[in-house]
Amino acid sequence: MSDQQVRDELSQLEGYTFDDKPWVTPKPLNECRVAVVTTAGLTVDNNADWNPGDQAFTLLPDDRRDFTLAHFSSNFDRTGWVVDPNVVLPLDRLDEMAAEGVIKSVANVHVSFMGAQIDHTLETIRLDTGPAAAKALLDDDVDLVLLTPV
Amino acid sequence: MGTLASVLEQAGMATVTLSLIRQQVEVTQPPRALHCEFPLGRPLGRPGDPEFQRKVIDAAFALLEAPEGPVLVDYPEEIVDDADAPFSCIIPPADTSNLPPAQAEAKGLLPAWRRANKTYGRTTVGKVVKAEQVPEMLALFTRIADGENWQEVGLPGDPTKVAADIRNFYEEAALALNDGVPGARQAESWFVNHTRGGEVMQRARMALKEQKAGFYFWYYLLPLTQHQDLDNDAGDDR
Repeated sequence: MSDQQVRDELSQLEGYTFDDKPWVTPKPLNECRVAVVTTAGLTVDNNADWNPGDQAFTLLPDDRRDFTLAHFSSNFDRTGWVVDPNVVLPLDRLDEMAAEGVIKSVANVHVSFMGAQIDHTLETIRLDTGPAAAKALLDDDVDLVLLTPV
Repeated sequence: MGTLASVLEQAGMATVTLSLIRQQVEVTQPPRALHCEFPLGRPLGRPGDPEFQRKVIDAAFALLEAPEGPVLVDYPEEIVDDADAPFSCIIPPADTSNLPPAQAEAKGLLPAWRRANKTYGRTTVGKVVKAEQVPEMLALFTRIADGENWQEVGLPGDPTKVAADIRNFYEEAALALNDGVPGARQAESWFVNHTRGGEVMQRARMALKEQKAGFYFWYYLLPLTQHQDLDNDAGDDR
């Protein structure tokens, strides 16, 4: 019994496909301000509870590291996160890349949604919370987003 | 994840998506995706291994050189979870007072949980109850497992969330009972298969199912990888 069993089950789920495929021609990497957007269900202020079906998002300030993984699904490992949050939210790795000049800078704010949504059309994320999260990142002059699931 | 990437790209930012379930990005077609056949919950692959994590990010950002998309590339290295090799933990002697065995066991694990919490500075316990309440919750699930109606034992919230608090408590306590970093699902397998708490939750899950508690409640009481009546899962009251 393992992840393969979960993958087999989840591979049957439907997903939403855009008719028009958006495409941004990226800047050179060393000119990019980078943010992480995760679907791990991370929260601030020790809130460990994220309800199934909730398509809202949380802003994660870059100067904090005390986030809580609140995802509702029981079907993935959490010990990796507890031992080393970079295995989900690699902010320390991005700091190193900025110090080396590989990327221009790390954003002041990152974002978490929660994956495993019941509504596979993700209507709220597509039409409301997704664009709102994008605006928060654009207001911080983000050029490039690294997305991480769990 | 793939849909969200397209929303962000539509807003004007370039995106690179790490993928853990290949079929999902095949369907949702984000602009650039690096599929990583890594354990679920560990998209960067290896906790405590900055070099490995960096290689994954470098491979992801290399996708920015593609002139057009959608781009879907497989990371060349796979990591398999260790569910079949339960974490090795010596459980402290249970509280000797007259408590249900699972409750006594959890009381005995509280010092280990506190050590892990102090070491790592974070917890995933707290959806409904705090760590100190976990022993009491196991007493309630013991009553459900023994046949009492799940709606009448006094659970303080959604049983799946209380169950998550119990499981996360045990897995975090395990971090203080073994010096190593567990492979993915090793602590889960230890909890479900080698503790009294796990045994109670497995029986309570089946009791909820028998009591027609509803698919959501019994199905998510334990990870689906740990359901011991798998053959009977299909076709239930979803």
